[in-house]
Amino acid sequence: MSDGQAGSQTDVRLDDDPGLRPEREAVVGAAGRPRRRQRGERLMVPEAEFRSYYGKAVINEPTWKAHDIAGYLFLGGLAGASSTLAAAGELTGRPHLARACKTGALCALGGSLYALIHDLGRPGRFLHMLRVFKVISPMSMGTWILSGYGPQAGVAAATAVTGWFPRLGRAATVGAGLTGTLVATYTAALISDTAVPAWHDGYREMPFLFAGSAAASAGGLGMLAAPVGEAGPARRAALAGAAAEFAATKLMEHRLGPVAEPLKHGLGGRLLRVGQALSLAGAVTGMTAGRRSRAAAAAGGAALLAGAISTRFGIFQAGMSSSRDPRYTVEPQRARLARAETEGAVT
Amino acid sequence: MTFDLDRLFTGPEDPATAGGYRDHPKRVGFFTDTSICIGCKACEVACKEWNAVPEDGLIFTGMSYDNTAGLSADTWRHVAFIEQPRRLGHQEAWLSPADVPEQTAAAARTRDPASLGMPAPASPGAPPGEARDMDFRWLMASDVCKHCTHAACLDVCPTGSLFRTEFGTVVVQEDICNGCGYCVPACPFGVIGKREDDGRAYKCTLCYDRLGVGQEPACAKSCPTDSIQFGELDELRDRAARRLDQLRDAGMASARLYGHDPGDGVGGSGAFFLLLDEPEVYGLPPDPVVTTRDLPSMWKHVGLAAVTLLAGIVMVTLGGGR
Amino acid sequence: MNPPAGIGSWPVLRQLTGPDRLGRAAAVKSRGSASLEARTATADRVVKSICPYCAVGCAQNVYVRDEKVVHVEGDPDSPVSRGRLCPKGAATLQFTTGSGRMHKVLYRAPYAADWQELDLGTAMDMVADRIIATRRETWEWEVDGKRTARTMGIASLGGATLDNEENYLIKKLLTGLGVVQIENQARVCHSSTVVGLGTSFGRGGATTFMQDLQHSDCIIIEGSNFAEAHPVGFQWVMEAKARGATVIHVDPRFTRTSALADLHVPIRAGTDVAFLGGIINHVLANDLYFREFVVNYTNAATIVGEDFRDTEDLDGLFSGFDPDNRGYDTDTWQYEGMTVVAASGKRDEEYDRRTRHGSSISSAGRGEMHGSGGAALEGTPRRDETMEDPRCVLQILKRHYARYTPEMVERICGIPRELFAEVCRHLVENSGPERTAEFVYAVGWTQHSDGSQFIRAACVLQLLLGNMGRPGGGIQALRGHASIQGSSDIPTLFNLLPGYIPMPHAHAHETLGDFLRADATHKGFWAEMNSYMVSLLKAWWGPAARPDNDFCFDHLPRLTGSHSTYDTVMAQLEGTCKGYLLLGENPAVGSANARMQRFGMANLDWLVVRDFSLIESATWWKDGPEIRTGELRTADIATEVFFLPAAAHTEKSGSFTNTNRMLQWHHAAVEPDGDARSDLWFMYHLGRIIRERLAGSTDPMDAAVLDLTWDYPVEGSVAEPVAEAVLAEINGWDADGTPLSKYTQLKGDGSTACGCWIYCGVYADGVNQAARRKPAGEQNWIAAEWAWAWPDNRRLLYNRASARPDGRPWSERKKLVWWDEEKGEWTGYDVPDFERTKRPDYRPPEDATGVEALSGIDPFIMQADGKGWLYAPAGVIDGPMPTHYEPQDSPVPNPLYGRQRNPARMVYPHEHNRYNPSGDEPGASVYPYVITTYRLTEHFTAGGMSRNTPYLAELQPEPFCEVSPELAAERGLEHGGWATIVTARNAVEARVLVTQRMAPLRADGQVVHQIGLPFHWGPNGLSAGDAANELSSIALDPNSHIQEVKAFSADIRPGRRPRGPALPALVAEYRRRAGVTERTGTEV
Ligand SMILES: Nc1nc2c(c(=O)[nH]1)N[C@H]1C(S)=C(S)[C@@H](COP(=O)(O)OP(=O)(O)OC[C@H]3O[C@@H](n4cnc5c(=O)[nH]c(N)nc54)[C@H](O)[C@@H]3O)O[C@H]1N2
Ligand SMILES: Nc1nc2c(c(=O)[nH]1)N[C@H]1C(S)=C(S)[C@@H](COP(=O)(O)OP(=O)(O)OC[C@H]3O[C@@H](n4cnc5c(=O)[nH]c(N)nc54)[C@H](O)[C@@H]3O)O[C@H]1N2
Ligand code: SF4
Ligand code: SF4
Ligand code: SF4
Ligand code: SF4
Ligand code: SF4
Ligand SMILES: [Mo]
Repeated sequence: MSDGQAGSQTDVRLDDDPGLRPEREAVVGAAGRPRRRQRGERLMVPEAEFRSYYGKAVINEPTWKAHDIAGYLFLGGLAGASSTLAAAGELTGRPHLARACKTGALCALGGSLYALIHDLGRPGRFLHMLRVFKVISPMSMGTWILSGYGPQAGVAAATAVTGWFPRLGRAATVGAGLTGTLVATYTAALISDTAVPAWHDGYREMPFLFAGSAAASAGGLGMLAAPVGEAGPARRAALAGAAAEFAATKLMEHRLGPVAEPLKHGLGGRLLRVGQALSLAGAVTGMTAGRRSRAAAAAGGAALLAGAISTRFGIFQAGMSSSRDPRYTVEPQRARLARAETEGAVT
Repeated sequence: MTFDLDRLFTGPEDPATAGGYRDHPKRVGFFTDTSICIGCKACEVACKEWNAVPEDGLIFTGMSYDNTAGLSADTWRHVAFIEQPRRLGHQEAWLSPADVPEQTAAAARTRDPASLGMPAPASPGAPPGEARDMDFRWLMASDVCKHCTHAACLDVCPTGSLFRTEFGTVVVQEDICNGCGYCVPACPFGVIGKREDDGRAYKCTLCYDRLGVGQEPACAKSCPTDSIQFGELDELRDRAARRLDQLRDAGMASARLYGHDPGDGVGGSGAFFLLLDEPEVYGLPPDPVVTTRDLPSMWKHVGLAAVTLLAGIVMVTLGGGR
Repeated sequence: MNPPAGIGSWPVLRQLTGPDRLGRAAAVKSRGSASLEARTATADRVVKSICPYCAVGCAQNVYVRDEKVVHVEGDPDSPVSRGRLCPKGAATLQFTTGSGRMHKVLYRAPYAADWQELDLGTAMDMVADRIIATRRETWEWEVDGKRTARTMGIASLGGATLDNEENYLIKKLLTGLGVVQIENQARVCHSSTVVGLGTSFGRGGATTFMQDLQHSDCIIIEGSNFAEAHPVGFQWVMEAKARGATVIHVDPRFTRTSALADLHVPIRAGTDVAFLGGIINHVLANDLYFREFVVNYTNAATIVGEDFRDTEDLDGLFSGFDPDNRGYDTDTWQYEGMTVVAASGKRDEEYDRRTRHGSSISSAGRGEMHGSGGAALEGTPRRDETMEDPRCVLQILKRHYARYTPEMVERICGIPRELFAEVCRHLVENSGPERTAEFVYAVGWTQHSDGSQFIRAACVLQLLLGNMGRPGGGIQALRGHASIQGSSDIPTLFNLLPGYIPMPHAHAHETLGDFLRADATHKGFWAEMNSYMVSLLKAWWGPAARPDNDFCFDHLPRLTGSHSTYDTVMAQLEGTCKGYLLLGENPAVGSANARMQRFGMANLDWLVVRDFSLIESATWWKDGPEIRTGELRTADIATEVFFLPAAAHTEKSGSFTNTNRMLQWHHAAVEPDGDARSDLWFMYHLGRIIRERLAGSTDPMDAAVLDLTWDYPVEGSVAEPVAEAVLAEINGWDADGTPLSKYTQLKGDGSTACGCWIYCGVYADGVNQAARRKPAGEQNWIAAEWAWAWPDNRRLLYNRASARPDGRPWSERKKLVWWDEEKGEWTGYDVPDFERTKRPDYRPPEDATGVEALSGIDPFIMQADGKGWLYAPAGVIDGPMPTHYEPQDSPVPNPLYGRQRNPARMVYPHEHNRYNPSGDEPGASVYPYVITTYRLTEHFTAGGMSRNTPYLAELQPEPFCEVSPELAAERGLEHGGWATIVTARNAVEARVLVTQRMAPLRADGQVVHQIGLPFHWGPNGLSAGDAANELSSIALDPNSHIQEVKAFSADIRPGRRPRGPALPALVAEYRRRAGVTERTGTEV
């Protein structure tokens, strides 16, 4: 690159006198009179606490569509945790549970992939995801995780349904069970690794919330699809999952302070509360009537699945609304700056 | 392949060097000095013309003279207009309401400034019948992609569509982008967007193609007052520091630089600004942080959660009855 | 660095094998990125051009690939623009190649409901037939027994957007056809500038050039919104600012210009004469004027005849007022011992006396001949160099402005005394030998019913302060369209011939000699008018123009009064004007009282519209506002309408004259598509067809057109006339056909031909000087080798005044042109605006005439006395000194005089043109607010060039009005909502922008609210809405016939306006409440 390229082409001087200031050094207002009793600028109205540009959002709202991406969060969680539960079932001699979970996982996986691709602006370019291997991109990592997990989940389900290649099936089942945990949780990093306040700021709790929600939904699936006799782990997974999810949500709400508002109010807040209620109801049903009655177990399972859906949509919507309001972006940053300033002043 | 996750986002290195370019040109960028912007929007139009960005809506917003509203896939330069009851240096605006009947003046004062989309009138206090030099200023500022040293959009892009060029800039590669939309919420400045009918993400390319042939970006080239200054980043930072001193000396106490500091949350930006008010007044985040700075911690939490999930399922399976 | 091919191109592999492990940069670069190439680099050629929008004249580089324009950007070599462009210039590609353009000829038959397509050749034949027929039908050999040899049945409008060459052919052909109603935007835009500057200094153009603003110490921008309307020129204000200049913006509104100024002075629209008069009073009363400059270079010491009476003695009238004629007999204004040839109406009386022929016919618009040359006068005036004589100009001025005190300024303008004092201080402190101050104005001053006087007031002030002819000084008139200066120089104006030679009026038995005797001055350069005139006649009629036939002087049609565009509208309404050519103007939006324009067009037999898109002036018969209200019905309208698509500046070659008299050439980059053709093509082929039709005619009415020289070479697939051949004719040649290089070579014996004497030299040595593009960086700041400016490539006019009377510079700091004793000539940075070898101590002998008669201290060489005119004994018909009158429609009474309005203004009472009651008149309170109309950076004039251009339309998508929070509260207007604005003419709706940038003022004890209304919108285009000119009236400045659209009264109310017949009903209801009659506002 030659010299001229590094700078402005219109920065031409007509006078070759280098002592003269160029236009960009114009000082507007310099020739006005300094105010009596005051020099230069002064505020006439007391600075309001919060200021923004006509109330417009600072960050751009995600372009992700709720049914695709919230759906993907749910289905991914369901698939991953189900595979883990399937492996656990398989290894502890619960073939029905295992098979139900494996097929469930494969279906969920299929759904999740569909949602993911459907949300792309250029679905035909889905495979561009495999151009790179980027640890700094949760979506890239997710793609590679899914690439590892998907075939195993597929083989696991196929062998379970057909009964062919049992050894291969078992290996795949275990593999899918292990990678499934990542499939169920990496999505927390996926959404947290954004500038969306309610998502980003919750990045510590979000994986646990997702893990809990995934476990609860897998438990729900187990309760729904496996005979009562084999569904013990499913029922307990549901309960533990729902409890973990609940705890993580509470922790997150507490830690986020004002940014948690969208998690508590509005569409996102409502969905989250409904989700928690359904999950807890489903888990409790599972632990009580569900231990005896297949119908009750199924109802509980359905409630758990619905609860997980509602939770994921709730998280999704809370993030969306936190991105729309500049307050959630500006205020925490202001607070951070103020903290840095006082800390700076102290040290 | 080895990664030291914790050091990924803090390196002092030139981003082009870090990106594996050997013998790359010096890093270039913009210094946008909003104190000399005349709000003409030539930058907006020149950008659209050069990059064939579509027109994106004929909507009267009532936001002063801004009908573009903000940066997006279809607006890569955006000029903000802010009307404020505040003084600009020693400028005298003389916009005081002159002895307006008290009830009218009072009614005007009670209008909610937000709903008017304009600042509240200055408080009364001058003797009636006499016009005063009321505090007022009209700020204009042209915003653009910051070409962050640590660019969240680029980091999260799963296809490698967004990449760092040899000039140190951040560019979407149209032949790669699959419209996953991840970059959109990742950007802490609300810059990049997805064009719905086309499906891909778009933002300022810092006129990558023009740089390639030694030409300055279209927006900077057109700017009638040189409010947008293009050049080598180091030189621009020096120039900006001098300019800040100059303005402060002239009584413009509110002047400040934004995005110039390599120590900030995005490692300093390739496009930085001289502002005359807090960043949020212009729609800019006061303390932006590249989201991937927390990614190592996120991965740790994800890992922990995954292990917990595994452990939990093992426990619920082994423990308890059938 | 570029990605490899094959499997090796897989970025993951490149990540693994290269240094970019994280996949952020080099490893992921795509093949598309690697092969990216800028359009600027792949273009086949770069064509040099000029922005087609405004008169700043920014240079453009047009990139062409595969015979398509692919990109347009600023040319960094330009000394004016330095490569920059405003949003309009930056949108040029979309504007010229976008979907907004039409490429088909359209035809609307009489009474037809819709367009039909027509073949271009057929359309040309049909238009030629219409012109020939209408001409035959309406030909007038005589009016009141005096030869006129013309047709009043045809009119044309437009030219400021066109090239000089195009204007030249329009004027030449139409004049040859006997058409006199030839007008362009210059009328509605800056005609008063020509009068104001021309009578004061001798030339009607900006006295300086934009780059020179950088040398100013104080810039007063008043009546101009510089940053918004001339954004790229504004960089020179910023240059000055960077070097410490004070920038003051005097404007009713706080605009984007104010935002960058040191001081914003809010002023009530229409009161600038009071404000400037106040400063003049301050300067005179406190002896702050630049004495040595004033004594030597102005007419301050000249003694005025004893019969003169001031407005101060006659309550707002100068002596000589004739209420029946609504005008002045200017005899009593003259200098003692001199006869001054009045420039306007009265000029013909002078003519009668001097030529002893026939009687006078009232005329008009003569003030504009001062575009190049002040008013003519004879004799030697008496002077009192002490300036003590009570009848000397300085003392008269002193008395005239004595009542313009700071208190009066506050009462009239609403400007607080404290602020006024500050403006005075800045201005005075920055004037004198070491410092200079510059005034910048545009149409905020020109468009008033006494607009010429606004400009005169600034001239007086700048002369008193000694700021003329000096670096950083002068008066910068910022003109409008790309070539509006050119369309005044080569005028498509009814009252002028090229180079500001007046169009002859009808007289019995007038010869060329009589004409020249009456109009030429005897002193100064204008004394050579016979050479200019004869050379023009030779250029037009070639061999047919011979000494024995007065060089075809009788081929020129004659005027019988005012035939300005507004008179043409009246003629259309009356039915005398039957055919109308719109050559790049949109009167249905841009002209005052747009509604009246449409009613006029609806009464035509035929209308030709040449434009890029279907502008409102082409479609009013189909979906215009009157069709919507039911006042007109398409099926009843007989007008035949032809729409002919125009070629853009990128598709034709030619020159634009920018606001600083600089001719810049733009080269055709590509040929136009479809039926689009240049106006050069249209005029040339129209002339060719008409001449073919008339060939062999012996009818004397056809002689003028058949005698025209009309054999221009053509080129290319569409037979485009060669523009440079036209430029060569404009420049002129001698008997051998050798191009001339200076207007001083012109002869009155018929041995030279020259189409526009002031442009003589633009084709010197056979080289297109306007096409010169020596980069600014390679020359001094004058940049004399960039293009070519008239006169004689001088950039800063009257620059003799930058030196003391003895020829030395006033100061080192402000040195520009000086006398070099050794070489015995004037020298300096700019071309001296003086005879090169005339010594400073030269004093003319008593009997000297012509150029000889100018002394070594007469810097205003086009003035008959060589002086700048503080007092104009002739040339301005509504008063020798500016004085304050209220606008035609004003809610405020005039506190100075019993005369509310300019007594000499022109009013046009008509049912479609009612005036609002004003001041103290009953009913004035029905229209209690002041409206001012103006432009926005993002749009261009009547909108044809911006509302169809998406990139511009989206930036200001809807019409809006700006109101203060106080007015919003008073009227219940809601920010972002709608408001309806009503005058006696019409009502419009606009969105409401409540802003503190609009501040109420206090004038003469009352609070005055002003409403800002941009005028760019009309019903067509992407961004559409009501036109501001629905509201304005036709009320004109008597000197220049410019309309008053910068200040008029109105009412505003919340909500949208009624639709259909309810709209005229609302307007009628207001009129009834206000008691408006046909006499309202028409008193003298
Ligand atoms: N962007 C853009 N640029 C343009 C044009 C355009 O349409 N758009 N048009 C071109 C043309 S044709 C022209 S003629 C020029 C015109 O250029 P300008 O004259 O600068 O344009 P306007 O906006 O009509 O008027 C200028 C200012 O005059 C103020 N004003 C109104 N009345 C008064 C008054 O009585 N006194 C004083 N002191 N000020 C007053 C208005 O508030 C406005 O700010 O611009 C040219 N450039
Ligand atoms: N209320 C109010 N009214 C005003 C003013 C104001 O300030 N307030 N300003 C006045 C002023 S200063 C002006 S100059 C006028 C402007 O008023 P107009 O001149 O009527 O407005 P424009 O839109 O510039 O019209 C010029 C037309 O020429 C076309 N054109 C451009 N180039 C060419 C070409 O090469 N060939 C052909 N054939 N056509 C071409 C354009 O498309 C456009 O439609 O408005 C005046 N009216
Ligand atoms: S500003 Fe946003 S879009 Fe631009 S580089 Fe930084 S993160 Fe990416
Ligand atoms: S939308 Fe395109 S550029 Fe943005 S992250 Fe996805 S692939 Fe990358
Ligand atoms: S650098 Fe280029 S792409 Fe970026 S805003 Fe400027 S013109 Fe647009
Ligand atoms: S940055 Fe420059 S081009 Fe953009 S609005 Fe400001 S002055 Fe105009
Ligand atoms: S409209 Fe005027 S200022 Fe803007 S680019 Fe064109 S010539 Fe320059
Ligand atoms: Mo104009």
